[in-house]
Amino acid sequence: MKRDLVIIGGGPAGLAAALEAKKNGIDDILILERDKRLGGILQQCIHNGFGLHIFKEQLTGPEYAQRFIDEVERLGIEYKLDTMVLHLGDDKHITAINPKDGLMEIDAKAVVLAMGCRERTRGALNIPGNRPAGVFTAGAAQRFVNMEGYMVGKKVVILGSGDIGLIMARRMTLEGAEVKMVVELMPYSTGLKRNIVQCLEDFDIPLLFSHTVVKIHGKERLEGVTIAKVDENRRPIEGTEEYIECDTLLLSVGLIPENELSREANIKINPVTSGAYVNELMETSIDGIFACGNVVHVHDLVDFVTEESYLAGYGAAMYIKGQYKKDGKRFNTMGVNGIRYVVPNSICPQNVKGSVNFYMRVSDVYHNVNLIVKDGENIIYKSRKNHVSPGEMENVKLSKEVLEKVDGNELVFSLEEVAK
Amino acid sequence: MIKKMTCISCPLGCQLEVEVNETIKVTGNKCKRGEEYAKNEVTNPKRVITSTVRVEGGDRPLVSVKTDKEVPKDKIFEIMKEINKIKALAPVNIGDIIIENVLGTGANIVATAKVMKG
Repeated sequence: MKRDLVIIGGGPAGLAAALEAKKNGIDDILILERDKRLGGILQQCIHNGFGLHIFKEQLTGPEYAQRFIDEVERLGIEYKLDTMVLHLGDDKHITAINPKDGLMEIDAKAVVLAMGCRERTRGALNIPGNRPAGVFTAGAAQRFVNMEGYMVGKKVVILGSGDIGLIMARRMTLEGAEVKMVVELMPYSTGLKRNIVQCLEDFDIPLLFSHTVVKIHGKERLEGVTIAKVDENRRPIEGTEEYIECDTLLLSVGLIPENELSREANIKINPVTSGAYVNELMETSIDGIFACGNVVHVHDLVDFVTEESYLAGYGAAMYIKGQYKKDGKRFNTMGVNGIRYVVPNSICPQNVKGSVNFYMRVSDVYHNVNLIVKDGENIIYKSRKNHVSPGEMENVKLSKEVLEKVDGNELVFSLEEVAK
Repeated sequence: MIKKMTCISCPLGCQLEVEVNETIKVTGNKCKRGEEYAKNEVTNPKRVITSTVRVEGGDRPLVSVKTDKEVPKDKIFEIMKEINKIKALAPVNIGDIIIENVLGTGANIVATAKVMKG
């Protein structure tokens, strides 16, 4: 089968990319989704707070998703559910399978990767101890509780203060479980402030910084965990161990972009984000393969995923229509001195539509800093920040006019202390 | 008495200091919503509750719900009991009222997802 645009993943990223490609004149679009419905992880995020930027109102995850699903239905964009993509080649050849169509071989003119991310698991953390039931990633527990209708436990300890862990602390409390504590390895939280307030402080759930779980106890079912304080090198301090009785341990210890398919297609992956390097139109290192959302870098807010994915959909449409010029002047972006990464990684100003929103994360908590962008020695952007944290993504919007004036071959983003 | 709190009106999360004497004085807020939030927090804290309700005859076992208005924070657990008592019948659409005026709060429990007959 030959298709103009194939989008891998029917979550918020894939849906937004599809809508924007359609809006820009691409009619032959196919979305491939492995779950039983569209919407991705938003379907299990029943809490509210989505959509403040895009819709200027607070929506729950399923409501946010449904707005995009309704639009996809209204425009008649084709999608296949229950469909797993098995292989993606750098020639944009896709092998996919589902129970209805069997094995499908698809040649696409352009591809948008929108596979999202996965949770880090216990295996990735190497927590010593037994292997009893009752140890879940926070997102798996969220699916059980919010979609399948199973409570996963009664006495809960949560490791990691990522947003899903915080949200699940509240959710489990509301459903009658006792959430004993959230333990966080770092001296700060990686979750959003409003979640710490509304999910922990509202219910007097303690949050222990610089602590971790050092042992898991129990044979059939989890019986308890040993927690300990850690030093500045994140190593457990002897003598600080404490036994906490619990039947459930939820892990909210980070998300990793899911790029198995990208690697098969020989797409260059940024080791810092674990996502593809992308340019001003969200194109990866492989011609005609675009990427957006959490598969590129993990976002805090779905609103930014949507915005980034509109851009990928626009880029794919320009590519298919042959209006995407690759011969213009191009420069790279780089984060130094406190800026851990910047997305997108390279910019060709002539393809920019209006402006580029650069997304970045800082490497530590800093107070009173300037976020500056330099073209050589020339400062082209400066913004004062009272507080930045790795848990909250920063963004800098630069207009096409500003980008066109860049002389050098590198745009450098950095933090500097505010002169006293 | 000075109370410290984090404003949650938007993702910015301003650190507020609230002084409660005869009047309520708020500092640290970057916009008006911060002042409003702090005043409400010390006088009448409210929250939107989100949860799930069992569905009969649907293509999935649960439908997600929310209170369509903020409800008093101290009523959260009582409202959860009401939510857990009820069952919805498929099909359910976004915005369908599942419980009207829950516990006399003036807020309805409404569906936030679509469930088809299945």
